[in-house]
Amino acid sequence: MRDRGRIVTGLAVFVAVALAPVWQAALHGAARRPEPKIVTTAKQCVEPTAAMRRDHMDLLYAWRDTVVRRGQRTYLAADGKTVTMSLTGTCMKCHPNKKEFCDACHNYLAVSPYCWECHIEPKEKS
Amino acid sequence: MGQDRRGFLKLAGLAAVCATARESLTRLAGAAGTEPRPSAKAPKVRWAMVVDPRRCLEQQNCTACIDACDHAHNVPAFTNPRHEVKWIWKTRFDEAFPDQDSRYIDPALTSEAVLALCNHCDNPPCVRVCPTQATWKRDDGIVAMDWHRCIGCRYCMAACPYGSRSFNWEDPRPHIAHENPDFPTRTKGVVEKCTFCDERIDRGELPACVVACKEKALVFGDLNDPDSEVRRLLRTRFALRRRAGLGTQPEVFYLV
Ligand code: SF4
Ligand code: SF4
Repeated sequence: MRDRGRIVTGLAVFVAVALAPVWQAALHGAARRPEPKIVTTAKQCVEPTAAMRRDHMDLLYAWRDTVVRRGQRTYLAADGKTVTMSLTGTCMKCHPNKKEFCDACHNYLAVSPYCWECHIEPKEKS
Repeated sequence: MGQDRRGFLKLAGLAAVCATARESLTRLAGAAGTEPRPSAKAPKVRWAMVVDPRRCLEQQNCTACIDACDHAHNVPAFTNPRHEVKWIWKTRFDEAFPDQDSRYIDPALTSEAVLALCNHCDNPPCVRVCPTQATWKRDDGIVAMDWHRCIGCRYCMAACPYGSRSFNWEDPRPHIAHENPDFPTRTKGVVEKCTFCDERIDRGELPACVVACKEKALVFGDLNDPDSEVRRLLRTRFALRRRAGLGTQPEVFYLV
Protein backbone atom coordinates (compact mmCIF):
# COMPACT_ATOMS: atom_id res chain seq x y z
CA MET A 1 0.00 0.00 0.00
CA ARG A 2 2.86 2.34 -0.77
CA ASP A 3 0.62 4.24 -3.20
CA ARG A 4 -2.16 4.93 -0.72
CA GLY A 5 -1.43 8.67 -0.67
CA ARG A 6 -1.57 8.99 -4.41
CA ILE A 7 -4.70 6.90 -4.74
CA VAL A 8 -6.57 8.88 -2.12
CA THR A 9 -5.49 12.17 -3.68
CA GLY A 10 -6.53 10.95 -7.10
CA LEU A 11 -9.90 9.83 -5.81
CA ALA A 12 -10.44 13.13 -4.04
CA VAL A 13 -9.65 15.08 -7.20
CA PHE A 14 -11.98 12.83 -9.19
CA VAL A 15 -14.85 13.27 -6.76
CA ALA A 16 -14.32 17.02 -6.64
CA VAL A 17 -14.38 17.29 -10.43
CA ALA A 18 -17.33 14.92 -10.82
CA LEU A 19 -19.34 16.90 -8.29
CA ALA A 20 -18.35 20.26 -9.75
CA PRO A 21 -21.93 21.18 -10.69
CA VAL A 22 -23.03 20.56 -7.09
CA TRP A 23 -20.40 22.68 -5.34
CA GLN A 24 -20.51 25.30 -8.07
CA ALA A 25 -24.23 25.65 -7.40
CA ALA A 26 -23.62 25.76 -3.66
CA LEU A 27 -21.00 28.46 -4.13
CA HIS A 28 -22.68 30.70 -6.70
CA GLY A 29 -26.32 29.75 -6.28
CA ALA A 30 -28.20 27.58 -8.81
CA ALA A 31 -28.11 28.65 -12.45
CA ARG A 32 -30.72 31.25 -13.20
CA ARG A 33 -33.75 30.09 -15.19
CA PRO A 34 -33.93 31.95 -18.46
CA GLU A 35 -36.62 34.57 -18.49
CA PRO A 36 -37.67 35.43 -22.01
CA LYS A 37 -38.75 39.04 -22.04
CA ILE A 38 -42.25 39.66 -23.29
CA VAL A 39 -42.73 43.12 -24.72
CA THR A 40 -46.19 42.78 -26.24
CA THR A 41 -49.30 44.12 -24.55
CA ALA A 42 -51.44 41.34 -26.02
CA LYS A 43 -53.03 39.30 -23.27
CA GLN A 44 -52.55 35.93 -24.87
CA CYS A 45 -50.46 34.32 -27.57
CA VAL A 46 -51.97 32.29 -30.40
CA GLU A 47 -52.62 29.50 -27.91
CA PRO A 48 -52.47 29.63 -24.06
CA THR A 49 -49.05 30.45 -22.67
CA ALA A 50 -48.42 27.02 -21.15
CA ALA A 51 -49.15 25.32 -24.45
CA MET A 52 -46.95 27.78 -26.34
CA ARG A 53 -44.10 27.25 -23.91
CA ARG A 54 -44.33 23.50 -24.30
CA ASP A 55 -45.30 23.09 -27.94
CA HIS A 56 -44.28 26.22 -29.88
CA MET A 57 -41.82 24.24 -31.98
CA ASP A 58 -44.48 21.74 -33.02
CA LEU A 59 -46.88 24.57 -33.79
CA LEU A 60 -44.26 26.26 -35.96
CA TYR A 61 -43.52 23.02 -37.80
CA ALA A 62 -47.24 22.51 -38.42
CA TRP A 63 -47.55 26.10 -39.65
CA ARG A 64 -44.58 25.62 -41.96
CA ASP A 65 -46.03 22.49 -43.52
CA THR A 66 -49.54 23.88 -43.85
CA VAL A 67 -48.37 27.08 -45.50
CA VAL A 68 -45.66 25.71 -47.76
CA ARG A 69 -47.07 22.34 -48.69
CA ARG A 70 -50.81 23.06 -48.68
CA GLY A 71 -50.92 26.76 -49.43
CA GLN A 72 -53.21 27.47 -46.47
CA ARG A 73 -52.17 30.53 -44.56
CA THR A 74 -54.81 31.05 -41.89
CA TYR A 75 -54.66 29.28 -38.53
CA LEU A 76 -57.74 28.53 -36.49
CA ALA A 77 -56.77 28.67 -32.80
CA ALA A 78 -58.43 26.54 -30.13
CA ASP A 79 -60.40 29.54 -28.89
CA GLY A 80 -61.80 30.21 -32.37
CA LYS A 81 -59.71 33.22 -33.37
CA THR A 82 -57.82 33.16 -36.65
CA VAL A 83 -54.26 34.29 -37.32
CA THR A 84 -52.01 34.37 -40.35
CA MET A 85 -49.44 31.61 -40.11
CA SER A 86 -46.22 33.57 -40.47
CA LEU A 87 -43.09 33.54 -38.36
CA THR A 88 -41.93 37.02 -39.30
CA GLY A 89 -45.40 38.40 -39.96
CA THR A 90 -47.22 37.15 -36.85
CA CYS A 91 -44.86 35.79 -34.17
CA MET A 92 -42.26 38.50 -34.51
CA LYS A 93 -44.82 41.30 -34.60
CA CYS A 94 -45.50 40.62 -30.90
CA HIS A 95 -41.96 39.45 -30.15
CA PRO A 96 -39.65 41.72 -32.13
CA ASN A 97 -36.97 41.23 -29.47
CA LYS A 98 -35.53 37.97 -30.76
CA LYS A 99 -32.38 38.28 -28.65
CA GLU A 100 -34.25 38.61 -25.38
CA PHE A 101 -37.14 36.35 -26.31
CA CYS A 102 -36.18 33.46 -28.59
CA ASP A 103 -32.49 33.39 -27.82
CA ALA A 104 -32.95 33.60 -24.02
CA CYS A 105 -34.14 29.99 -23.76
CA HIS A 106 -32.48 28.63 -26.87
CA ASN A 107 -29.04 29.70 -25.70
CA TYR A 108 -29.71 28.38 -22.18
CA LEU A 109 -30.66 25.00 -23.62
CA ALA A 110 -27.99 25.10 -26.33
CA VAL A 111 -30.48 24.50 -29.11
CA SER A 112 -29.88 26.32 -32.37
CA PRO A 113 -32.97 26.38 -34.58
CA TYR A 114 -32.04 27.29 -38.15
CA CYS A 115 -35.12 29.43 -38.82
CA TRP A 116 -33.06 32.60 -39.11
CA GLU A 117 -30.68 31.30 -41.72
CA CYS A 118 -33.47 32.10 -44.21
CA HIS A 119 -36.20 34.03 -42.40
CA ILE A 120 -35.20 37.61 -41.79
CA GLU A 121 -35.12 38.55 -38.12
CA PRO A 122 -36.55 41.86 -37.01
CA LYS A 123 -34.04 44.70 -36.82
CA GLU A 124 -32.97 45.17 -33.21
CA LYS A 125 -30.77 47.66 -31.47
CA SER A 126 -28.03 45.47 -30.01
CA MET B 1 -54.98 -36.78 -70.37
CA GLY B 2 -51.29 -35.69 -70.31
CA GLN B 3 -51.84 -33.69 -73.50
CA ASP B 4 -54.80 -31.89 -71.93
CA ARG B 5 -52.86 -30.81 -68.88
CA ARG B 6 -50.04 -29.41 -71.02
CA GLY B 7 -52.55 -27.52 -73.14
CA PHE B 8 -54.21 -26.13 -70.04
CA LEU B 9 -50.91 -24.92 -68.57
CA LYS B 10 -49.97 -23.21 -71.84
CA LEU B 11 -53.30 -21.45 -71.97
CA ALA B 12 -53.08 -20.39 -68.34
CA GLY B 13 -49.57 -19.04 -68.89
CA LEU B 14 -50.62 -17.09 -71.96
CA ALA B 15 -53.58 -15.63 -70.10
CA ALA B 16 -51.32 -14.50 -67.24
CA VAL B 17 -48.88 -12.80 -69.64
CA CYS B 18 -51.72 -10.99 -71.38
CA ALA B 19 -53.20 -9.85 -68.10
CA THR B 20 -49.95 -8.28 -66.83
CA ALA B 21 -48.46 -7.04 -70.10
CA ARG B 22 -50.90 -4.21 -70.67
CA GLU B 23 -50.10 -2.51 -67.40
CA SER B 24 -46.33 -2.83 -67.66
CA LEU B 25 -46.37 -1.67 -71.28
CA THR B 26 -48.31 1.44 -70.30
CA ARG B 27 -45.86 2.04 -67.51
CA LEU B 28 -42.90 1.64 -69.86
CA ALA B 29 -44.45 4.11 -72.25
CA GLY B 30 -44.04 6.93 -69.74
CA ALA B 31 -45.25 8.50 -66.58
CA ALA B 32 -48.41 9.85 -68.15
CA GLY B 33 -49.98 6.42 -68.14
CA THR B 34 -49.34 5.71 -64.49
CA GLU B 35 -50.81 8.87 -63.08
CA PRO B 36 -54.55 9.22 -62.78
CA ARG B 37 -55.82 11.50 -65.48
CA PRO B 38 -56.88 14.93 -64.26
CA SER B 39 -60.46 14.23 -65.24
CA ALA B 40 -60.66 11.84 -62.29
CA LYS B 41 -60.38 14.75 -59.88
CA ALA B 42 -60.49 17.88 -61.99
CA PRO B 43 -58.58 20.72 -60.29
CA LYS B 44 -60.52 23.95 -60.03
CA VAL B 45 -57.83 26.29 -61.31
CA ARG B 46 -54.76 25.87 -63.51
CA TRP B 47 -52.57 28.96 -63.34
CA ALA B 48 -50.68 29.95 -66.45
CA MET B 49 -49.02 33.00 -67.97
CA VAL B 50 -49.20 34.60 -71.38
CA VAL B 51 -46.25 36.78 -72.42
CA ASP B 52 -46.71 39.35 -75.16
CA PRO B 53 -43.12 40.06 -76.30
CA ARG B 54 -44.25 42.85 -78.63
CA ARG B 55 -45.72 44.82 -75.77
CA CYS B 56 -42.57 44.14 -73.77
CA LEU B 57 -40.49 45.65 -76.59
CA GLU B 58 -42.48 48.88 -76.36
CA GLN B 59 -40.24 49.80 -73.43
CA GLN B 60 -36.61 49.46 -74.42
CA ASN B 61 -34.29 48.28 -71.62
CA CYS B 62 -37.16 48.07 -69.15
CA THR B 63 -36.51 45.73 -66.23
CA ALA B 64 -39.53 46.56 -64.06
CA CYS B 65 -40.78 42.96 -63.82
CA ILE B 66 -37.31 41.59 -63.08
CA ASP B 67 -36.64 44.22 -60.41
CA ALA B 68 -40.03 43.66 -58.78
CA CYS B 69 -39.48 39.92 -58.62
CA ASP B 70 -35.90 40.16 -57.38
CA HIS B 71 -36.94 42.50 -54.60
CA ALA B 72 -40.08 40.59 -53.62
CA HIS B 73 -38.18 37.33 -53.31
CA ASN B 74 -34.77 38.45 -52.06
CA VAL B 75 -33.05 37.14 -55.17
CA PRO B 76 -29.30 37.58 -54.62
CA ALA B 77 -27.08 39.39 -57.15
CA PHE B 78 -23.82 37.48 -57.05
CA THR B 79 -20.82 39.22 -58.54
CA ASN B 80 -19.53 36.03 -60.19
CA PRO B 81 -21.57 35.69 -63.40
CA ARG B 82 -21.31 31.91 -63.22
CA HIS B 83 -23.16 32.00 -59.90
CA GLU B 84 -26.03 34.08 -61.28
CA VAL B 85 -29.45 33.43 -59.70
CA LYS B 86 -32.39 34.05 -62.02
CA TRP B 87 -36.14 33.88 -61.46
CA ILE B 88 -37.26 35.94 -64.44
CA TRP B 89 -34.72 37.16 -66.97
CA LYS B 90 -34.19 38.18 -70.58
CA THR B 91 -32.67 35.80 -73.08
CA ARG B 92 -32.02 35.74 -76.81
CA PHE B 93 -35.03 34.68 -78.91
CA ASP B 94 -33.18 31.79 -80.56
CA GLU B 95 -32.03 30.59 -77.14
CA ALA B 96 -35.55 30.71 -75.78
CA PHE B 97 -36.93 28.89 -78.83
CA PRO B 98 -34.08 26.76 -80.18
CA ASP B 99 -36.45 24.36 -81.94
CA GLN B 100 -38.26 27.18 -83.74
CA ASP B 101 -37.34 28.01 -87.32
CA SER B 102 -37.29 31.74 -86.74
CA ARG B 103 -35.78 32.76 -90.10
CA TYR B 104 -39.04 34.16 -91.41
CA ILE B 105 -40.58 35.40 -88.17
CA ASP B 106 -40.69 39.18 -87.86
CA PRO B 107 -37.08 40.20 -87.07
CA ALA B 108 -38.42 42.95 -84.82
CA LEU B 109 -39.31 40.05 -82.52
CA THR B 110 -36.50 37.57 -83.09
CA SER B 111 -33.64 40.04 -82.88
CA GLU B 112 -34.65 41.19 -79.41
CA ALA B 113 -34.41 39.51 -76.03
CA VAL B 114 -37.46 37.75 -74.67
CA LEU B 115 -38.53 37.17 -71.09
CA ALA B 116 -37.91 33.74 -69.63
CA LEU B 117 -39.06 32.18 -66.37
CA CYS B 118 -40.06 28.80 -64.99
CA ASN B 119 -42.78 27.41 -67.25
CA HIS B 120 -44.62 25.67 -64.42
CA CYS B 121 -44.76 22.66 -66.67
CA ASP B 122 -47.76 20.41 -66.49
CA ASN B 123 -45.42 17.42 -66.76
CA PRO B 124 -42.42 18.83 -64.88
CA PRO B 125 -39.24 16.75 -65.15
CA CYS B 126 -37.74 18.64 -62.20
CA VAL B 127 -40.47 17.25 -59.96
CA ARG B 128 -39.93 13.70 -61.14
CA VAL B 129 -36.25 13.70 -60.21
CA CYS B 130 -36.34 15.55 -56.88
CA PRO B 131 -35.48 12.93 -54.25
CA THR B 132 -37.00 14.86 -51.35
CA GLN B 133 -40.12 16.33 -52.96
CA ALA B 134 -38.67 19.75 -52.21
CA THR B 135 -40.19 20.73 -55.54
CA TRP B 136 -43.64 19.52 -56.47
CA LYS B 137 -46.67 20.45 -58.50
CA ARG B 138 -49.52 21.97 -56.52
CA ASP B 139 -53.14 21.20 -57.38
CA ASP B 140 -53.39 24.58 -59.08
CA GLY B 141 -50.45 23.72 -61.36
CA ILE B 142 -47.79 25.84 -59.68
CA VAL B 143 -44.46 24.02 -59.50
CA ALA B 144 -43.63 25.05 -55.96
CA MET B 145 -40.45 24.99 -53.91
CA ASP B 146 -40.05 23.95 -50.27
CA TRP B 147 -36.66 25.36 -49.38
CA HIS B 148 -36.82 23.68 -45.99
CA ARG B 149 -36.47 20.38 -47.78
CA CYS B 150 -34.02 21.07 -50.58
CA ILE B 151 -30.77 19.18 -50.05
CA GLY B 152 -29.01 20.87 -52.94
CA CYS B 153 -28.44 17.77 -55.05
CA ARG B 154 -29.23 19.79 -58.21
CA TYR B 155 -30.97 16.89 -59.94
CA CYS B 156 -33.76 19.31 -60.79
CA MET B 157 -31.31 21.66 -62.49
CA ALA B 158 -30.11 18.82 -64.67
CA ALA B 159 -33.68 17.82 -65.45
CA CYS B 160 -35.08 21.26 -66.33
CA PRO B 161 -34.57 21.85 -70.06
CA TYR B 162 -35.05 25.61 -69.70
CA GLY B 163 -32.36 26.57 -67.20
CA SER B 164 -35.10 27.89 -64.96
CA ARG B 165 -33.33 26.87 -61.77
CA SER B 166 -30.38 28.45 -60.02
CA PHE B 167 -28.12 27.20 -57.28
CA ASN B 168 -26.77 29.21 -54.38
CA TRP B 169 -23.06 28.53 -54.62
CA GLU B 170 -22.44 31.12 -51.91
CA ASP B 171 -24.30 32.51 -48.95
CA PRO B 172 -26.88 34.77 -50.63
CA ARG B 173 -27.44 37.11 -47.66
CA PRO B 174 -24.56 39.52 -48.32
CA HIS B 175 -25.63 39.83 -51.97
CA ILE B 176 -29.16 41.10 -51.38
CA ALA B 177 -29.17 44.86 -51.70
CA HIS B 178 -32.56 45.58 -50.12
CA GLU B 179 -33.99 42.75 -48.08
CA ASN B 180 -37.74 42.22 -48.14
CA PRO B 181 -38.39 41.16 -44.52
CA ASP B 182 -41.67 39.47 -45.46
CA PHE B 183 -40.00 36.85 -47.63
CA PRO B 184 -37.23 34.46 -46.61
CA THR B 185 -33.83 34.33 -48.25
CA ARG B 186 -32.22 31.05 -49.14
CA THR B 187 -29.02 29.56 -47.79
CA LYS B 188 -25.91 28.37 -49.52
CA GLY B 189 -26.54 24.99 -51.17
CA VAL B 190 -30.21 25.47 -52.03
CA VAL B 191 -31.87 25.67 -55.44
CA GLU B 192 -34.34 28.43 -56.25
CA LYS B 193 -36.58 29.50 -59.12
CA CYS B 194 -39.77 31.37 -59.97
CA THR B 195 -42.69 30.15 -57.87
CA PHE B 196 -45.42 32.03 -59.77
CA CYS B 197 -45.58 34.08 -56.53
CA ASP B 198 -47.50 31.35 -54.74
CA GLU B 199 -47.38 33.48 -51.57
CA ARG B 200 -49.28 36.23 -53.41
CA ILE B 201 -51.64 33.85 -55.24
CA ASP B 202 -52.65 32.37 -51.89
CA ARG B 203 -53.58 35.88 -50.74
CA GLY B 204 -55.57 36.47 -53.93
CA GLU B 205 -53.02 38.80 -55.52
CA LEU B 206 -51.36 38.68 -58.95
CA PRO B 207 -47.67 37.82 -59.36
CA ALA B 208 -45.28 40.70 -58.65
CA CYS B 209 -43.96 40.82 -62.23
CA VAL B 210 -47.47 41.01 -63.69
CA VAL B 211 -48.33 43.93 -61.43
CA ALA B 212 -45.03 45.70 -62.18
CA CYS B 213 -45.37 45.62 -65.98
CA LYS B 214 -46.83 48.90 -67.21
CA GLU B 215 -47.24 47.60 -70.75
CA LYS B 216 -49.35 44.68 -69.53
CA ALA B 217 -47.02 42.36 -71.43
CA LEU B 218 -47.56 39.67 -68.80
CA VAL B 219 -51.02 38.20 -68.30
CA PHE B 220 -51.72 35.71 -65.57
CA GLY B 221 -54.83 33.61 -65.21
CA ASP B 222 -56.73 30.37 -65.01
CA LEU B 223 -56.53 28.03 -68.01
CA ASN B 224 -59.53 26.08 -66.77
CA ASP B 225 -61.75 29.15 -66.99
CA PRO B 226 -62.84 29.64 -70.62
CA ASP B 227 -63.63 33.30 -69.92
CA SER B 228 -60.26 34.19 -68.40
CA GLU B 229 -57.97 36.70 -70.09
CA VAL B 230 -55.32 34.05 -70.77
CA ARG B 231 -57.86 31.82 -72.50
CA ARG B 232 -59.20 34.76 -74.51
CA LEU B 233 -55.67 35.64 -75.69
CA LEU B 234 -54.87 32.04 -76.59
CA ARG B 235 -58.14 31.78 -78.48
CA THR B 236 -57.59 34.90 -80.54
CA ARG B 237 -53.84 34.84 -81.12
CA PHE B 238 -51.21 32.27 -81.97
CA ALA B 239 -48.81 31.41 -79.17
CA LEU B 240 -45.48 29.58 -78.88
CA ARG B 241 -44.37 27.47 -76.00
CA ARG B 242 -40.70 26.91 -75.26
CA ARG B 243 -39.45 23.53 -76.52
CA ALA B 244 -42.93 22.09 -76.46
CA GLY B 245 -41.68 19.01 -78.32
CA LEU B 246 -39.99 17.76 -75.16
CA GLY B 247 -43.34 16.85 -73.63
CA THR B 248 -42.92 18.94 -70.51
CA GLN B 249 -46.17 20.81 -71.29
CA PRO B 250 -44.92 24.30 -70.44
CA GLU B 251 -47.70 26.62 -69.26
CA VAL B 252 -46.08 29.94 -70.15
CA PHE B 253 -47.23 31.04 -73.59
CA TYR B 254 -45.60 33.57 -75.93
CA LEU B 255 -47.80 35.48 -78.34
CA VAL B 256 -46.31 35.98 -81.79
S1 SF4 C 1 -39.52 25.11 -66.47
FE1 SF4 C 1 -38.01 23.77 -65.52
S2 SF4 C 1 -38.15 24.23 -63.32
FE2 SF4 C 1 -40.02 25.02 -64.26
S3 SF4 C 1 -41.51 23.33 -64.05
FE3 SF4 C 1 -40.55 23.13 -66.08
S4 SF4 C 1 -38.87 21.69 -65.75
FE4 SF4 C 1 -39.49 22.45 -63.71
S1 SF4 D 1 -31.63 20.42 -55.57
FE1 SF4 D 1 -33.33 20.51 -54.08
S2 SF4 D 1 -35.20 20.86 -55.28
FE2 SF4 D 1 -33.57 20.18 -56.74
S3 SF4 D 1 -33.82 17.94 -56.90
FE3 SF4 D 1 -32.32 18.29 -55.26
S4 SF4 D 1 -33.52 18.39 -53.35
FE4 SF4 D 1 -34.98 18.61 -55.08
